[in-house]
Amino acid sequence: MRLEPRDHVSLAMAIAGPILAVLAAMAICSLLILWSGSSITEAYVLLFKGALGSRFAISETLTRTTVLILTGLAAAVAFRAKLWNIGGEGQLYMGACAATMLGTGFLEWSPYLLVPTLFLAGALAGGLLLLVPTLLKTHLKVDEVVTTLLLNFIILLLVNYLVFGPWKDPMAMGWPQAAPIIDQGLLPILLAKTRLHAGFLVALASAFGIWVLMRFTVWGYEIRAVGANPEAARFAGVPVNRTIIRTALISGGLAGMAGVCELIGLKGYLTLDLSPGFGYTGIVVAMLAGLHPLGVILSAFFVAVVFNGADSMSRALSVSNYIAEVITAVSLLTVLVSMLLTRYRIRWK
Amino acid sequence: MGDFFDFLFVAGFWAATLRMATPLIFGTLGELVCERSGVLNLGIEGIMTAGSMAGWMWVYQGGDLWGGVLFAAFVGGMFGLLHSLFSVYLGLSQHVTGLGITMLASSLSYFVFRMMLPNVTTPPKIVPFESWSLPFFSEIPVLGEALFVLSPLTWLALLIVVVVGYGLFYTPLGLAVRMVGENPMAAEAQGINVHRVRSGAVIFGSALMAVGGSFLTLSAFDAFYIGMTNGRGWICIALVVFASWKPGKALLGALFFAAFDAMQMRVQQQASAAIPYQFYLMAPYVMSIVALIIMSRRAAYPKALLVPFRRGER
Repeated sequence: MRLEPRDHVSLAMAIAGPILAVLAAMAICSLLILWSGSSITEAYVLLFKGALGSRFAISETLTRTTVLILTGLAAAVAFRAKLWNIGGEGQLYMGACAATMLGTGFLEWSPYLLVPTLFLAGALAGGLLLLVPTLLKTHLKVDEVVTTLLLNFIILLLVNYLVFGPWKDPMAMGWPQAAPIIDQGLLPILLAKTRLHAGFLVALASAFGIWVLMRFTVWGYEIRAVGANPEAARFAGVPVNRTIIRTALISGGLAGMAGVCELIGLKGYLTLDLSPGFGYTGIVVAMLAGLHPLGVILSAFFVAVVFNGADSMSRALSVSNYIAEVITAVSLLTVLVSMLLTRYRIRWK
Repeated sequence: MGDFFDFLFVAGFWAATLRMATPLIFGTLGELVCERSGVLNLGIEGIMTAGSMAGWMWVYQGGDLWGGVLFAAFVGGMFGLLHSLFSVYLGLSQHVTGLGITMLASSLSYFVFRMMLPNVTTPPKIVPFESWSLPFFSEIPVLGEALFVLSPLTWLALLIVVVVGYGLFYTPLGLAVRMVGENPMAAEAQGINVHRVRSGAVIFGSALMAVGGSFLTLSAFDAFYIGMTNGRGWICIALVVFASWKPGKALLGALFFAAFDAMQMRVQQQASAAIPYQFYLMAPYVMSIVALIIMSRRAAYPKALLVPFRRGER
């Protein structure tokens, strides 16, 4: 078996690749549904109905899309520069911590001033958290995969300490949660009688912003150059370390914003279940999108459909809702293969 | 201060150290074998989870304990095979493949656990391994109880260190594994099938990781919990760097690490009020990062680590 690079990759193939991969993943996972004794068609119909079957269901799916767009962008930007930021989860919580610090009464500004400040603070906190392993990488050659992963555990324990200790809200009937964000710091709801909040627009704007940055600016060009070949980039005069650090601040910042979004748009106060692994899921979102910022919007939507739909499907059928995580994990692997097949053709001999 | 170090003379401390080190020894050796052949296996966290679930489920369904360990190894090996199909034969990104395997292995474990036991609220228990004591030696006061009365899996872990150490450095197969991790082109010129050696190493290493996971449910505890691996796999990856890819040093690193962990637990019991317990729980992760920082400057990575090998391509 040999792999031969293709001379030309058509746009149709580039788009069809991930879609076919996702379909293949769902086909593979239907074996698990079959094992549970449920009908495959019924399960998938229930899944899509649960995610898109009503106005409320769609709004819930879009609410989940919001945070996944931001964590997906965080992974996409970093991976473009071959900065392996697996710490999105920790950065998300850091962002939420910063917003909790400033938004629970410390600043009593008008919403127009307070909300942007909270986003900025969250982005800064997330960016600074990723800066630590990034500086260790650029200056001491410490592999960032393990350090960003381990930081997730450390930050989660820190949040655990905060919500059980100094930040614990005495008004919360003993629940481990921080004080609520004051009203001026909350995001407005977009659709009446739903939970879809203005963070959705922030996420969409971020995706377009990152697309413009990556596609049309010198910074974006440098990020892509460093990711493609750091040696060549250095030779061409790209400041490699500075570019990696800049990428880290952007990537960590986006993950931090995801935390702020969940906090001031959805939950209203910091708890330990603010994110059920959105930081990790962001990696799948980014890969499904082929690291393209606008593609992230679509792949985040798809992953949100799978997760929300699986929740309602598991209530109706005897299929555990962990099926959602299995489907996304399998999608990650099938997309990897499809990306290979769009770039190479296989010659059997 | 004298009182403070009293724990060093308590048998329980050394026994706890060896117990906590066992999954780390398996995991670190497994990762070490993979990396020596040039493949970073980020699937370790999920493979350990799969091993702990598979081994436990085997015993819970009526199988015996050693059968559970073997089944865990088999499941781990299967994930290793999947990893090597992607990372070795197709030459895909080892980072993304590994993360994908971790996500798949852990979510699949949780899915299977939930599907087979849909209506349980408290995790059901099994009868775990009983300790084996080495005759004569185990009767030495304090020391005997600590060092010679161990879980059979801990004995196995110590044995595996010797086996891997000998195998890697004193057998032709070990030489082949190290060669494909350093210079695959030269290995191929010698007639070594790079893909086959690499995937063999990944499968074997993944099986070891899964056995390490099975120690958690078959020996250390008696039940399976969601999220019970709790970053042990990632710590093993740090330990491989700390051990500079040497099995003996990996054993020392795992023991040192576990001793520190056992010590912080004792300190936590003695002086609990002063520092919140969450900070004690952070210690292993912080220590792994510190270990990485100390060792990374002179880390001699296998030269072909992360580099896929495609025949006829330069």
